Amino acid sequence: MHVRIDHLTKRFGDFTAVDDFNMDFDDGKLTALLGPSGCGKSTMLNMLSGILPVTEGHIYFDEDDVTGMPPQDRGVGLVFQNYALYPHMTVLENIAFPLEIKKVPKTERLEKAKEMAKLVHVDTLLDRRPGALSGGQQQRVAIARALIKEPRLLLLDEPLSNLDARLRLEMREEIRRIQLRTGVTTIFVTHDQEEAMSICDKIVLMKDGILQQEDAPQELYDDPHNLFVANFLGNPPINNIEGVIRDNAFVTRDSAVTIRYRNFSKDLPEGREVILGIRAEAAIISRDETHDFTGRIKSRYTMGKEELAFLNLGDQEIRVYLSTEYEDKPGEDANFHLRSKGVFLFDKETGERI
Amino acid sequence: MADVKTAKKKSRDEQGNYIFNRRFEPFGYLIPFALGLIVFTIYPIVNVVIMAFKEKYRLSGRYDGFGLYNFEYVLANDDFRNALSNTFLYVFTVVPIATVLAILIANLLNQKIRGMAIFQTAYFLPMVTSSIAVGLSWRYIFNTQVGVLNWILSVFGINAVDWLGASGARAPWNIVAVIIFGIWNMLPFTIILLLSGLQNIDPMYYTAARVDGAGSRMMFFRITVPLLAPTIFLTMIINMISAFKVYNEIIPFWSGRPGAMNNVYTMVYFIKEQFYSKDRLGFAAAAAIILFLIIFAFTMLQRFVQRRFRY
Ligand SMILES: Nc1ncnc2c1ncn2[C@@H]1O[C@H](COP(=O)(O)OP(=O)(O)OP(=O)(O)O)[C@@H](O)[C@H]1O
Ligand SMILES: [Mg+2]
Repeated sequence: MHVRIDHLTKRFGDFTAVDDFNMDFDDGKLTALLGPSGCGKSTMLNMLSGILPVTEGHIYFDEDDVTGMPPQDRGVGLVFQNYALYPHMTVLENIAFPLEIKKVPKTERLEKAKEMAKLVHVDTLLDRRPGALSGGQQQRVAIARALIKEPRLLLLDEPLSNLDARLRLEMREEIRRIQLRTGVTTIFVTHDQEEAMSICDKIVLMKDGILQQEDAPQELYDDPHNLFVANFLGNPPINNIEGVIRDNAFVTRDSAVTIRYRNFSKDLPEGREVILGIRAEAAIISRDETHDFTGRIKSRYTMGKEELAFLNLGDQEIRVYLSTEYEDKPGEDANFHLRSKGVFLFDKETGERI
Repeated sequence: MADVKTAKKKSRDEQGNYIFNRRFEPFGYLIPFALGLIVFTIYPIVNVVIMAFKEKYRLSGRYDGFGLYNFEYVLANDDFRNALSNTFLYVFTVVPIATVLAILIANLLNQKIRGMAIFQTAYFLPMVTSSIAVGLSWRYIFNTQVGVLNWILSVFGINAVDWLGASGARAPWNIVAVIIFGIWNMLPFTIILLLSGLQNIDPMYYTAARVDGAGSRMMFFRITVPLLAPTIFLTMIINMISAFKVYNEIIPFWSGRPGAMNNVYTMVYFIKEQFYSKDRLGFAAAAAIILFLIIFAFTMLQRFVQRRFRY
């Protein structure tokens, strides 16, 4: 099912939690709602499920306007952050409960519940109560319960935040597998950029209730529209270097280093205060005298197949990768080229990309 | 050399003292409480047991040894059997009805409706007043001619009921009046406990059920009641224990007599009468022990059932 939101706004009193969203969630795709804590992700999800009334704007499921429709009529499956499994019911009863509400005959609904349990690999735990399950198992049960009524839309609110690091990795693959298998349109809330990047077809990045950018993960990484987007994605985080534009080149704020870059636009605004974003992997060491900039190596840390180096650019510091066979010691100057990807200029005041 | 030896010995003694103090000092602090417990709780209990098995015991102190005569007498006694059946009738009407009403009322009070605080206070008023004092005012509510209850019934076209009077064979309405008062008296405490139980249920369960289309009946029976079950059992045990000891709920209505025709005779009434009025301490003690065993048996049964409802 295709979901479209049109000027969607949610206010709590004077506070705007979701501000004038216009966008589409594509049919059969996995979309991530990504953003820092308190940016309005859950609010958005709850408006889609119908738990929270909308202040302004409209929600369309395919062609139907569902804005005022009560949650039970929307055909959405919801997985809560802490799963909300009923503690007094067994796994099987929990999964079958949405059908019990719909008064599906008992044998039929238990049959269906077992099928769902198999899909999410909890079919050996059917008689247990949620209290006797691990976090990952509870999460699978919650997904099965959300899927059993064959929702048109599956909504997951930070389903992985209660799990340990290894299980998160495992379960996010699992969610992707189940989503691809069932083909259900899915919206997945997370504040973990890596989670969103790794399994989603599209990422919707938001901040303070405002949509920042929506794109495929790689697009978002390679072509951020503003400084916030660039900073939110990527590990290690992108380097931010403060400076000004002089003569169509970037000059650090203490005038120590000048960077000329072939991909800069030909008419940069002279004298504008800017921030240069360079992803760590976008700077590569130069083997000859040609270079885009020079930095002084401050320290080097091994990361196995390569090393992470801290460079001084005047009074500022950036992180780049060095290959282990590169021999320069800390304190020496090194020349770098910039790749064609991963270098961006932002207006210092507005954060907008230049 | 000798000096060193004595010094060593002394220090060992001191150390021994220290260990002794460490080990036994805590018990010293327990003595005042333990004394109170022994004098006021354990001693009377032991005494009751001894009295119950002493045969033909009198205050004079003469007796003919130990035996089961007191129990045999009490169990064969018509007054006691009457007390037993009245008490059971009282317990097994008051406790279930009060429990069901309390669940419904607690559920209503738990809604977020304006003005609910006034209702909540009103419901808990009986708890802070003495049941005998309140019973006296209920005496007027039950009054046949001018009572509010009969007035309300008359609005529905029902003839006046002689709640507290001696009309009819064995005045059947007397115990009904006591049961109504008992239920009313039991509600506030039960509601308070259930309300705190309700407030401990995470609202996300209701949100989850609502998204799946559950109506309020479904949520009540499939979510609220099962999740409240441990609290419900707790209140039932406490209420059952107090209901078996029904006594205060009776005396205000007939100026201390058990019913208009001695027909609302209960276990505690029997015990009290044997003890104070008839001076038969052995019978009173035996009846008390029988009452204790009945309460104990039901408590155990409920605890056993309750274990199934722990999640
Ligand atoms: N019922 C409410 N009344 C007032 N403000 C609210 C209410 N619910 C949410 N908010 C506010 O709206 C903002 C967005 O909340 P929301 O729960 O959507 O954040 P979130 O992005 O899901 O954050 P998290 O990652 O921490 O779950 C927050 O600043 C929050 O304080
Ligand atoms: Mg949230």
